[in-house]
Amino acid sequence: MQHAEPVTVPVDTLLEWYRTLVFCRRFEEQTERSFRRGKIGGYLHVAIGQEAVPLGFLSALRADDVFFVSYRDHVHTLVRGTDPRAVMAELYGKLGGTCKGKGGSMHLFDVARGNYGGYGIVGGHIPLAVGAAYALRYQGTDRVCLCFFGDGAMNSGALHEAANLAGLWGREGLCPVVFVVENNQYGMGTSVERASAVVELARRFDAYDIPNERCDGMDVVGVYEVARRVVEEVRRTGRPYAVEALTYRFSGHGAADLFQPYRSKQEVERWRQRDPILLLERRLREAGALDDHAVREVEAWAEKRVQEAVSFAESSPEPPPEELYRDVYGA
Amino acid sequence: MTEMTYREALRSTLVEEMDRDPRVLLLGEDIGVYQGTFRITEGLLERYGPKRVIDTPISELGFIGAAIGMAMLGLRPVVEVMTWNFSLPAADQILQNAAKVRYFSGGQVSVPLVIRGPNGAGVQLSAQHSQSLESFYGHFPGLRVVAPATPADARGLLRTALRSEDPVIFLEHAALYGIKGPVPEGDDTVPFGQATVVRRGRHVTVVAYSRMLHLALAAADELAREGVECEVLDLRSLRPLDMDTVAESVRRTHRAVVVQEQWPLFGAAAEVAAGIYERCFDDLDAPVERVTGEDVPAPYARNLEKLAFPDEDRIARAVRRVLQ
Amino acid sequence: MAEVIMPKMGDAMTEGRILSWRKRHGDRVEKGEVLAEIETDKVNVEIEAEASGILQIVVPEGQAVPVGQVIAYIDGQPAQAATREAPPPPAQPEQAPAAEPAPAPTPPHAELGPPRVKASPLARRIAAEHGIDLARVRGTGPGGRVVERDVLAYLESRAAEAPAAAEAEYEDVPLSRMRQAISRVVSHSKQHIPHFYVTAEVDLTRALELREQLQEALGEEGRVTVNDLVLKATALALRQHPDLNSQVVDDRTLRRFRRVHLGIMVATPDGLIAPVLRDADRLPLVQLAQEARRLVEGAHARRLRQEEYAGATFSVSNLGRYDVLNFVAIIQPPQAGILAVGRAQERPVVRSGQVVVRSVLQLTVSADHRVTDGVGAAQFLVDVKRLLENPVRLLL
Repeated sequence: MQHAEPVTVPVDTLLEWYRTLVFCRRFEEQTERSFRRGKIGGYLHVAIGQEAVPLGFLSALRADDVFFVSYRDHVHTLVRGTDPRAVMAELYGKLGGTCKGKGGSMHLFDVARGNYGGYGIVGGHIPLAVGAAYALRYQGTDRVCLCFFGDGAMNSGALHEAANLAGLWGREGLCPVVFVVENNQYGMGTSVERASAVVELARRFDAYDIPNERCDGMDVVGVYEVARRVVEEVRRTGRPYAVEALTYRFSGHGAADLFQPYRSKQEVERWRQRDPILLLERRLREAGALDDHAVREVEAWAEKRVQEAVSFAESSPEPPPEELYRDVYGA
Repeated sequence: MTEMTYREALRSTLVEEMDRDPRVLLLGEDIGVYQGTFRITEGLLERYGPKRVIDTPISELGFIGAAIGMAMLGLRPVVEVMTWNFSLPAADQILQNAAKVRYFSGGQVSVPLVIRGPNGAGVQLSAQHSQSLESFYGHFPGLRVVAPATPADARGLLRTALRSEDPVIFLEHAALYGIKGPVPEGDDTVPFGQATVVRRGRHVTVVAYSRMLHLALAAADELAREGVECEVLDLRSLRPLDMDTVAESVRRTHRAVVVQEQWPLFGAAAEVAAGIYERCFDDLDAPVERVTGEDVPAPYARNLEKLAFPDEDRIARAVRRVLQ
Repeated sequence: MAEVIMPKMGDAMTEGRILSWRKRHGDRVEKGEVLAEIETDKVNVEIEAEASGILQIVVPEGQAVPVGQVIAYIDGQPAQAATREAPPPPAQPEQAPAAEPAPAPTPPHAELGPPRVKASPLARRIAAEHGIDLARVRGTGPGGRVVERDVLAYLESRAAEAPAAAEAEYEDVPLSRMRQAISRVVSHSKQHIPHFYVTAEVDLTRALELREQLQEALGEEGRVTVNDLVLKATALALRQHPDLNSQVVDDRTLRRFRRVHLGIMVATPDGLIAPVLRDADRLPLVQLAQEARRLVEGAHARRLRQEEYAGATFSVSNLGRYDVLNFVAIIQPPQAGILAVGRAQERPVVRSGQVVVRSVLQLTVSADHRVTDGVGAAQFLVDVKRLLENPVRLLL
């Protein structure tokens, strides 16, 4: 595990990332409140604690690059620049949502920004990302594809079949995909130790001759530095790469995971010491770029933006009945 | 019009479309170096190179999923499944991703993907390799499901499939690859969701598709000697399902027999029969009869296998029953 | 659950039509109550409930069904079981079983719909378009379902009933149910019974005198027709000739009846029917005449009960109302003979070498050659003739 010293990222960017992380945290907390109030239905998987991984990796992408995500996809969508009001409206099942209210929490898409969506079946989207990467090279571009998934997906057949294809096609320089394992320690309630014969998940990509490494997923700067290096290598070679980012979710697996019998309060408390917001805040304070006043300002700004998103979602119309039959088929 | 086999019809259409559209590429097991299990892709690796004719590992979940991703990014992949039985490991990809991603993305992505290969029973292939999956795939909105019975329809439907914006389940039949038939030349297409009247008759409508069409026509010949005039329909597409043509025919004949190779429960024939009841209730002079495979896994022994699937005689008997 | 079936009410009856249901679907009926009126080949009869319970009609009014087919069910639900109660505790094995098993719960009968004619949807549609009551159409599809061809056939037959165009050279008329039945009976009779015929002439002078005497003595009560005298003479003669008062059971067996029941052929607008004059040989002449009158009138009015048409052992057919000399009749199976009675006529006859005018009647017996031969029939007929010519014996 590497700590990203020295900082190569300008302070202004770090400050921007700090604001983004705080905003994402407040946004996720709001979705939980809205869920409890019955405004958000279905499943709700928040990424509280894991925000540094999508932020670090997506900050390393070009605007024309693409990515695929699991169902824990709110933060990825927000940090890629999608209007938070549209994200909240999607969670509220409203016409103003990213997918007109037809996808919900697990299926946020913003294809214009290269966001090819969140997917609800563990591991199911990984082969798609491999095919997408092939297509990018087939079309003669140097664009790359990121594929985010959790530690649970490491044990799905889809991951292994897709990784094998990526290894194969990568030999011809035809598969510029980065597998980003968001190892938050638990596949729902089952720990990595209890689910994977090899607990160092990155190593499992050795089987497919895919270069791989681990990184600290709580330190956004460290994540970013790994991501930038890996993305550029993949862009250059057209070969796949895998990064296992060690992270932690402070919230439950889903909104219904209330008691979390699979882990202790002490364990959660220990990980909270490495909250990605806390780490970045400390770094910025040490650099003299952030004080209490500025923190309060960021909090206020984030809260205001979240409430704007809520207001928009509340007032956005429901999708009209005819929307039921749209988007089943194309031409 | 030229005469060609079902196999040649498929291959020539692939060639014409690959020549026309560089976005079209092929994936599948042993379609390149091996030339294809049923020789549909013979010579194509040589013609288009390994980037467009991809020999895949035996990994349907992986390469069908990858093909979906290719399609989402703007390619027009054609996947050959060696047989449709092998599509089942990829069912999650086909049903959960290909069929639905347009919908749950609110229309932001398309999956112009064709998955093609032989469907249905062969000869003594036993339980795991003898089944028809059209009802399974036909159940899911977002997919197109077609099952051509003739070289002309194989060509016309494949061309439509290759130009479609939707995932297409293209069901061929191993027993049909060698049959010959007239094929229109040029850029002919057969639209999805258009059944066709293959034989005119006024006493009973016999609805079939794929290999069963040929059995239905043979049964119609036999029945004609008894003075029974069967109108034989080829559905060609199962999704969308052209109930208009079926209903128009049944309104004239007042009787219907629906034939399918697959198992009876929740099958295509049940769907067609239900559609007939919904649309033609007051025109019916007898209950709709179904002729289906038996409700058992396919046996190996030849005599048992013959009992397990429909034949001309069973179709003829069903026709006689509705004429009672 | 008791079945109510279409009863076979006559030897030749193969089907019957339900003229009317007297009880409605879902009604509670008591054993012995009249359920329905049935039209058979010859008569209308009432069907009584053979059990008590809830009537569930299967065959609607107007529909004809084969003999033996279920036309309704009587659900034998005790009246008090209408409300649902907890089931009784299971009987102990050593105890005697309860007198009646607990009834199965049944749906509320008020919800039962009207009885249904089984017909294909297409048949229903065509029937509706032409205003046809489907109950009148005979179904030939599976299970008696009315299908398209049945409605079309019905339409054709109805078109035939309509006034034929003036230039048509013929018209097709559907046979009435009774005519259809007669057709079946006489065809069967002539095809299966080897008929032969013997004719005799009877001098009625004394018989007519007797008739006048009776009427003088008894007034209206003593009114006796020539036919009554023939009936009585026939009955008495049959006692002497049991081979003709018989029935062929099979190739080896002839059944001779010990009693004489005469079928009286009665012409009605719909066709012939034959009420039965029971024990005609034993009835005193005056009573015989009264009974014969009652039967003939009842037959015309179609108010006789079914059993009054059953069981004849020999028949008499009389065309005396018409100006015919004689005729031959067709035996009514399974009987073995029938007597055809012509019109009494005044004719010059020779008596003791002199030509005199006498009232003369011609009788022709049709006999089943399997049970008798020419001599036997002749002897029978001669006995009838003697009885009529010496009518005092008819009073004995």
